[in-house]
Amino acid sequence: MSVEQQTTPVRVRSIGTHLDRVDGVAKVTGRAPYAVEHGEADGVVDPLHLWLVQSTVAKGVVVDVDTESARDHPGVIAVLDHASAPRLAESDDGELAILQEPTVHFRGQIVALVLAETSEAAREGAALVNVSYDVEPHEAELREDNASYRPDSVNPDMETDTEEGDVDAAIAAADIVVEQTYRTAYEHNNPLEPHATVAWWDEEDGREILSMFDSSQGVHGVAQTLAPMLGLEVDQVRVRAPYVGGGFGSKGEAHAHVMATALAARTVRGRPVKLAVTRQQMFALTGYRTATISHVRLGAGADGRLAAIEHRVQEQSSALKEYAEQTASPTRMMYAAPHRRTSHRLALLDVAVPSWMRAPGEMPGMFAHEVAMDELAVECGLDPIELRIRNEPELDPETKKPFNNRRLLDCFRRGAERFGWSSRPAHARATQDGDWWVGTGVASATYPAMRMPGNAARVRSLGAGRYAVAIGSVDIGTGARTVLTQIAADALGVEPGAIDLAIADTRLPPASVAGGSSGTSSWGSAVVAAAQRFRADHGEHPDPGVETTASAADDPQADELAFHSFGSVFAEARVHRWTGEIRVPRLLGVYSVGRVINPTTARSQFIGGLVMGLSAGLFEESYRDARFGHMVTQDLASYHVASHADVLDIDAEWLEESDEVFTPMGSRGIGEIGIVGTAAAVANATYHATGMRVRSIPITPDRFLES
Amino acid sequence: MRTLEYLRPATPADAVRAVAEHPGARYLGGGTNLVDHLKLGIAAPELLVDVSRLPLDEVETYDDGSGAGLRVGANVRNSDLAAHPLVRSELPLVARALLAGASGQIRNQATTGGNLLQRTRCVYFQDPTTPCNKREPGSGCSAIEGYGRYNAILGASPDCVATHPSDLAVALVALDTTVVVLGADGERRVPLEELHRLPADDPSRDTRLAPEDLVTAVEIPLAGATKLSTYRKVRDRASYAFALVSVAAALHLTEGIVTDVRIAWGGVAHVPWRARRAEAALIGHALTEQAIREAVGDELRHAETSEQNAYKPPMLRRTTAHTLLQLAAQSREESR
Ligand SMILES: Cc1cc2nc3c(=O)[nH]c(=O)nc-3n(C[C@H](O)[C@H](O)[C@H](O)COP(=O)(O)OP(=O)(O)OC[C@H]3O[C@@H](n4cnc5c(N)ncnc54)[C@H](O)[C@@H]3O)c2cc1C
Repeated sequence: MSVEQQTTPVRVRSIGTHLDRVDGVAKVTGRAPYAVEHGEADGVVDPLHLWLVQSTVAKGVVVDVDTESARDHPGVIAVLDHASAPRLAESDDGELAILQEPTVHFRGQIVALVLAETSEAAREGAALVNVSYDVEPHEAELREDNASYRPDSVNPDMETDTEEGDVDAAIAAADIVVEQTYRTAYEHNNPLEPHATVAWWDEEDGREILSMFDSSQGVHGVAQTLAPMLGLEVDQVRVRAPYVGGGFGSKGEAHAHVMATALAARTVRGRPVKLAVTRQQMFALTGYRTATISHVRLGAGADGRLAAIEHRVQEQSSALKEYAEQTASPTRMMYAAPHRRTSHRLALLDVAVPSWMRAPGEMPGMFAHEVAMDELAVECGLDPIELRIRNEPELDPETKKPFNNRRLLDCFRRGAERFGWSSRPAHARATQDGDWWVGTGVASATYPAMRMPGNAARVRSLGAGRYAVAIGSVDIGTGARTVLTQIAADALGVEPGAIDLAIADTRLPPASVAGGSSGTSSWGSAVVAAAQRFRADHGEHPDPGVETTASAADDPQADELAFHSFGSVFAEARVHRWTGEIRVPRLLGVYSVGRVINPTTARSQFIGGLVMGLSAGLFEESYRDARFGHMVTQDLASYHVASHADVLDIDAEWLEESDEVFTPMGSRGIGEIGIVGTAAAVANATYHATGMRVRSIPITPDRFLES
Repeated sequence: MRTLEYLRPATPADAVRAVAEHPGARYLGGGTNLVDHLKLGIAAPELLVDVSRLPLDEVETYDDGSGAGLRVGANVRNSDLAAHPLVRSELPLVARALLAGASGQIRNQATTGGNLLQRTRCVYFQDPTTPCNKREPGSGCSAIEGYGRYNAILGASPDCVATHPSDLAVALVALDTTVVVLGADGERRVPLEELHRLPADDPSRDTRLAPEDLVTAVEIPLAGATKLSTYRKVRDRASYAFALVSVAAALHLTEGIVTDVRIAWGGVAHVPWRARRAEAALIGHALTEQAIREAVGDELRHAETSEQNAYKPPMLRRTTAHTLLQLAAQSREESR
């Protein structure tokens, strides 16, 4: 039914303008339902409530689950454990195959489920379940001496190690060598809306149907993951996510709580089951970013030109399910150097399963690489921007293909002008303002431009010049609903108001995950393909009811080019000379990301990314107590994210450009690049302020106490 | 569901009687701390006696013969107290301490009594899946060898290294505040400095109060030194975070010589810590950075640190010096 369509560049009218969020009013008036809020109007009638019972040991075997007092508790309907939960058809995915066996792989793992008539009864029931364990010794600490496992590939499917030339010889021969170790902390995504799922089973035309509302970044992915595990065809699972309060990658894939809800609902056929994951539970069950240790060596001539770049990464995954953050991946393409080597090694620990967090790989990797570059600039006596100019590659150092549109230096030039970089003192610890040391720093930002396969969109004529446009993609709060409306309007040559957009339902044409900064590129291209094909098939005056479903054919040129976005980040930092407190009064990002589809929503993505990068640089750290195996900072009072008072003069701008080789809209992705390089720019600014180099984040006041 | 009784007594005496007669009862103020504890499963009272609507919400001056002071009812909200004109003009450190704490929403809800009696934020105390002597006497202390960034450096014991989290308490203890308590045997006055206790071998008890003791007010003397005073809180982010360390200070200089000084510290102990030894070391001397560092060093002579809180003594030394030197500069400015 779906055809492949070669797209042509869209004539822009609404694209590039500040269309207000089409769902803005519904959201601010509280009428936009989030996953757990769905009620009778959406088929969620007389729901039961689910509570998770989590393991209190990090490794071992469940020997007994005493459910008696829980079952006796008023309102409790059922308690499920590994013996009583429904069996799965497939259980290869250790994170999702919950309650299939008594083994405990990490502290916080789901070991039982309590179903009750109210959320309160379920919670109290969960507290009354008594689980006993045969405890085994566990390992939950990432160290340099235990991170030696070599994964077959790193996220999503990149080379684990790369090597070119002779790094050791080049370092030995280099005039200047920077050799340092950089560390980033464990971080949790912490979207505002905690994860939540509603599920119910019923029958349609004699087939079992599992229906869900899930706070997810990709409904099709959830259905594709769950269906085979539950012994269903993909079309037997319907997932919807009309409104999602952020995800930052943690809702990119189904986590164990989604399976828990599906399994529990299967035992009470007909009745919906609701699960709202608590903030504390999110620290064990919904993914996080691994801590990273980056061993970086840069070898350069006296003029700063790099001869060798080496980035060896140590990080961790869960022994239960492997996830290898691609931390050194940006180092492979960032700067020119004939000799280069990158590697990733993991410690496989008895801990919760890590996964995607905004700019996986680029964020921790560019922190390390860009602080190292700052150190090299200091060693060479060069301005850090000049150092980057001298190391600008002709071709992508990794693939040897030409870059499609590498404008890193334009970003630096524009940023330098806006930020007033030219008046910066060359030396560190040169500026004092009252009790504050003042400094500035820069870093590069980069993010690959990606378009995912497997997207299609449908255009249907509604008559009177109106069109229904449908694609199953999710708007996680970024503004996707709004920009897809703009894209559809321009592709059809009508006003945005003439578009009825339907999204976030697996019954709509398939869409890839809202992740990898690929959403708008992937979905938008499908929408353009469907619109252009629709016009070709049905003309400018279509009969009501005619429709076209299409996907976008790849641009044949695309294979010959390396597609990346770039940016420069400028930070001013102040460090209190008595207390060590750090403030960032100014933060600026300048980006080259293709055409910006909606300046309002784009600005919010960039600024949000910058704030998150600032927050990672100065505050965010999940502390795992290795003796227990879980994160003991597990609420937003102990896991600090930037507060309003920390976010001062912060701004983002972008170069006027259009990338029509990459998408018919001329856009690339913008969701993640804002967090990349930001922590490094802040770290470099604190160095310039104080002359003290901090090589791990978060950078806290205690790092600047000299006596 | 776990059910509990809720009672709204008409008078303070009724409140005391209700708690005295019911061993599982707790007072409820603004609820910003206690209600969290109910949700986390670390407090399970059978009866909540809501004292937040008792008429204990006046801020008034008094003179008890030994001097003038400000009496603050236990139910005065943190935000109202911080905004009170007399507090702002006469007791700036109190206003600053309040405004350095929590968030606007929480301060609107939090009461003076509840603030002083809030419990530690030690992450293990708040996590019922880990041992904690304060929550579960005899289970052990997880913090000593665990997450230690906020651990106490003064007056801790092998059973507990928790710190008291209140900013207001630190400011008030610097000012020789008295707490007015209504107990089973009537009203009594307790110096705030003696209200909280060190953990010793019974960390489950934060204070010397009996369960039915109701805080009805605090009395803050308006002595000479208090006008030149401030509160300096150092924390990881600019707002909405508990103190790494904090310093409440008041200073009186006569011709460059310290004639009165008050120093209290937050983030260092199970109690708001009045640095009396450091104060004594400074009286009668010129206020130099060196003198302050020595005085602080003297106060910290028994400080014990581990790797994660080793930053606290230097941070305290520097922050105390900075705070007092700033007050001295302000004093010179004003006498000019
Ligand atoms: C996220 C967060 C951040 C915070 N940050 C800070 C901070 O930076 N600095 C800071 O100082 N505080 C901070 N707080 C704590 C806040 O100040 C306290 O929660 C608040 O002051 C407690 O007051 P309340 O009236 O709500 O107390 P409640 O929660 O009602 O009670 C606290 C305790 O006092 C008892 N109690 C209450 N009233 C009386 C009375 N009259 N007599 C006897 N006993 C009584 C209760 O039984 C209970 O044990 C923060 C809190 C949160 C949630």
